[in-house]
This record gives sequence, C-alpha cells and structure tokens, in this order.
Amino acid sequence: MSRTQVINAEAARLSALFKAKGAVEINADVLQPAGTLLDLYGEDIRARAYVTSDPVSGEQMLRPDFTVPVVQAHMRDGAEPARYTYCGTVFRKQEAGSGRAREYTQVGYEVFDRKTPAASDAEVFNLFAQALAGQNIRVVTGDIGLLIAAVRGLSTSDRRRAALLRHIWRPTRFRALLDRFSGIGDLPEGRAALIARLGAEDTAQMMANAGTEIGLRSAGEVRDRLDMLRQDAQVAAIPAEERAALLTLLDIKTTVADAVSALRDVASNYGAISDAVETFATRAALLPSELGFEGAYGRTLMEYYDGFVFGIYTDAHSTPVATGGRYDALTQRLGDGRSIPAVGGVIRPDLSVEAEQ
Amino acid sequence: MSLKLAVPSKGRLMADTFDWFAARGVVLQRTGSDREYAASVSGVDGVELILMSAGEIPRELSAGRVHLGVTGIDVIREKLPLWQDEVVELAALGFGHADLILAVPKFWVDVESLDDLDAVAAGFRETHGFRLRIATKYHRLVREHLRAHGVADYQIVDSQGATEGTVKNLTAEMIADITSTGATLEANHLKVLKGAPILCSQATLLAARGADWSGVNDTFRALSAKLDLPDADLG
Repeated sequence: MSRTQVINAEAARLSALFKAKGAVEINADVLQPAGTLLDLYGEDIRARAYVTSDPVSGEQMLRPDFTVPVVQAHMRDGAEPARYTYCGTVFRKQEAGSGRAREYTQVGYEVFDRKTPAASDAEVFNLFAQALAGQNIRVVTGDIGLLIAAVRGLSTSDRRRAALLRHIWRPTRFRALLDRFSGIGDLPEGRAALIARLGAEDTAQMMANAGTEIGLRSAGEVRDRLDMLRQDAQVAAIPAEERAALLTLLDIKTTVADAVSALRDVASNYGAISDAVETFATRAALLPSELGFEGAYGRTLMEYYDGFVFGIYTDAHSTPVATGGRYDALTQRLGDGRSIPAVGGVIRPDLSVEAEQ
Repeated sequence: MSLKLAVPSKGRLMADTFDWFAARGVVLQRTGSDREYAASVSGVDGVELILMSAGEIPRELSAGRVHLGVTGIDVIREKLPLWQDEVVELAALGFGHADLILAVPKFWVDVESLDDLDAVAAGFRETHGFRLRIATKYHRLVREHLRAHGVADYQIVDSQGATEGTVKNLTAEMIADITSTGATLEANHLKVLKGAPILCSQATLLAARGADWSGVNDTFRALSAKLDLPDADLG
C-alpha cells in the first residue's frame, strides 16, 4: 500500500471506532469565514492559518481545525447530549524549517453533555488511549481549570485578575504581570514617569496639553484609563503566599494519581482552588493512575481549552499524535448566549501509523 | 553572461546608491531619457544594471533572477521569512536609515509602552466590540514583534501608503511604519511608543544565494575587490 492508502486506512479505522461509540458523523467546509476565527484567536491565527479571499464572501481561512465549525453546527441545531466524529484535512502554516506538515488529516471525537463533565473527560481520553492501544506512547495531561481558579482567587483588583486570565495562554507575559502585581520586577518603560505625573497633575491638566484628539479611541477613554491607572497604583501587592501557591501549581510534574495529593497540599494553603482540585480528583479516579500530569500543560495549545487537556506523544515526533481538552467557554462564545459543557480531541492518522510501524 | 545588479529606480535611494558605488570607482548611470529605465555600468566589466522598485528587489533576489541587489533591510525581512537562506548581506551602505516603529495618537497620554498598548487593546475591544486596528504594510514583522511581547486583541489592517493618515481617517487606531525623522508622525498628531524599534533598517547590498553564479564568479570577484566586500559564501 502507498503511504496515502495506509493513512486513509488508519483514518477509516479511527472513524469506525468513534462511530461505534455512538458518534454521529459531521463535516465542515474547508473554507471558513475568517472573521469568526480572527475574533476567537486574534491576529496570531494569521501566522497559523492560510488566508484566502473571495470576491463576494470576503476573507476566508482554510480550516485550521474542526472544533469551531463543529461547535457552531451543534449550537445551531444540535440535540443534547451529542457525540460527533469527523475526518478531514486541516491546514496549518508552519515555522520555516520546522519540517512539520502543513496539511494533514485529523480524526476527531467531540462530546456535548451536561450530565457529568468529569466522566465525559475520561470518556474522551480513554477512547483515545484505546484507539492507540499497543503503541509506545507517552501521555501528558493538564487542567487549565485549576489555573483559572487559582487566578480568580488572587487577592487583587478585578482588573488585575482579568489581565492575568487573559494571558494564561501567554506564559511569559503572564509571569511578567504576576510578578509586577506582586510587587516584584521592573515596571514597563515609561510607567514610573507616568505614575509620577499622575501624582503631580490631575486628569484634566494632563488632558489639557495632550494634543489633538484623533481616531476612534476617544479622550473619554484616555481619561478613564488615567483614572484607572491612578486607582491601580494604590492596589496592594498580591500576597507572597498566593503567588507561591500559583507557581507551585504550575511547577507540578507527576502522575495523575500523585497530583491529587500534591494539589490538595496546595489547596490547604490556598483554598481558592479547592473546588477545582476536587473536580480534578473526581476525574483522576476515572483515568489510568500512571498518566503524566503537568501543572503548566496546555498553556501553549489552543486558547479555547479551559479545563482538562491532554496530549499523546510518540518517540518519533515532538508533535503530539493526539490532543484534546475541554472547551466549555467556547460553546458560550459561539452559542449566542447559550452554552454547554464540551470536550473532545483529535488524532492524526499520519503520525499514529508511523508509531505503529 | 553578465552579473545582474538591481538597484532602486528612483528618488533619494537611487541617488545615494549611485553615489556609494561611484565613491568606490563603479559608475552607475541611467541612459536614454529620464523616463526610460535603462542604465549602464562602468568601472568594472560584465555587470548589468537593472533599475526596479525597491519593494520588488527582495522577490527578484529570492527567485535568483538577479545576483546582487540594493534595498532596505525592512523589505527583505518583511517579504522573505527565510531571508538567511535566500540572501547574504554583503554591505550596509550607511544611508536610507529608518526605524520600523509603532505610533499612537499623541493625546493618548496613558500610553507609553507595549504593556500599556496591550491593556488599551483589551479595553478598546470591550468598548468598541472589535479589535484595535494597526495600519501597516509590515504585517509579518509587526505581528511577530507583538506576539513576542505578549500583546493581544489587536488586528492588522493593510496600508500601503499614507499610513500616518489612517488614524485621522478612522480606518485604524494606530500605525506601524518606517520613520527616519519623525516629522510626518508629528504632523499627523502621532507619537512613537517607548522601547526599542521593531527593526532598524538601512540600505544594504545583498547577494542572492539562489542565483546562477557560474560564469559570473570572475566578475563578482572584480566587483568585490572594488567595493571592498568581505568574502561571501554564496553556496
């Protein structure tokens, strides 16, 4: 068999397995409206997805994944609960010289179910483990929900918490903000002078000599932010023990089973994460105990994961053969006010056949 | 076969390039009427001069259709993501200095740094329902710079000219553009963000790795000697 035939046969095997679990086959257009994806991912998606244009329907992207169109289809007219599977090519720009494929097949399985999210998480992961059974794989799991809970619990202003939540998926920036909000590290360039000026002049004085108002961002918005910066300068630093708890959580690298006690340890000093830790423990009981867990895992995957995340690796590639996770918030953003707990993942048959050989 | 040298076809950049070569004993000249893009070289044999838009020189170097080219580093980095594999920088020419910078309306007294910009972008999206727009023709360089500094919630809108006017015209909230003196920014009520520029550019003489160098090696050696260029590994 040619390589293409081998990959297609593997894709068919995975599709059949997912359908046997009751998943309904679903498809998505290759050309997706760029607006939705840009709105979700921001300008960075342009560096990852191929953009093309249509004279009538405007900017389009070659689908970088199925999750977004599948969620949209489900939120439009899906019955509940629902399980979907799909199989098709996705397109990703790759960094120059990385040697990574720019188009490849993904076979996916997505679960929309309100009943018991922890059981759905385990259902998806265990199905993927079954699909790759017999292969030499390494698994890493994470839980973005723990990080979100840890940030929400910080003793600081709403604005600072929101800034940290927004940057969970940008680790360097997140750390810089966390340190600064904890009174550690340097201020950004020009901030000290600005704070000094805010102390010496009132907002009206600062605006009086500011120059001509141009553009959509109004003088009112500038004034509001000056007032906000004035308040922000008075916000107390995040307590050292809270920062330490968050960093300890991010540093955990162990098995899922051992992570439960490690996390309960952190929670004993930082109660804000207790509920998230118990959610984790409920799920852990349904997963193989020897799975790897990393507190920081998932922060550089897709920005929509907000709970359980996993990646399955083989020795041959740094690229995972399978990835997945929970994305409850995405269903809300695409659901026009409605939402539903959702979890899913994809396998790349081009990588899973190599692992088999 | 002659060695093809591409240089900018008009303006200050062309004049400065001609002066730079002339100072080293290689005389580049336009021939025919001043509207005709024909040119000649004297001082070294076997070099063919091609006048073209500075913005198109990266593409010609990349394709190997010219051996040497003079253009700004900014357009090389923007248009050739794999520039190290495609061109060799032979000499920085010491003119055409320009910085690629981010500029915001001067009356944004609350914005000094990329850190402020990120916070403002988040607020702008909340207030206006869409991402803060940055007008530029340097899409790739700007995006990479902002990603490296953790700025989110912006979008790039294409602007191929008169970029400084886009804020006033309400097609963008801020800009990223090349500036040398800052006078145009000032006149358009804009100020440069603090911190290092995205890129410091100047006119540069480049060699195309992908060009066919067989048959022009002697010419290149003779030209290199005149111009006092370092040995280049063009493999």
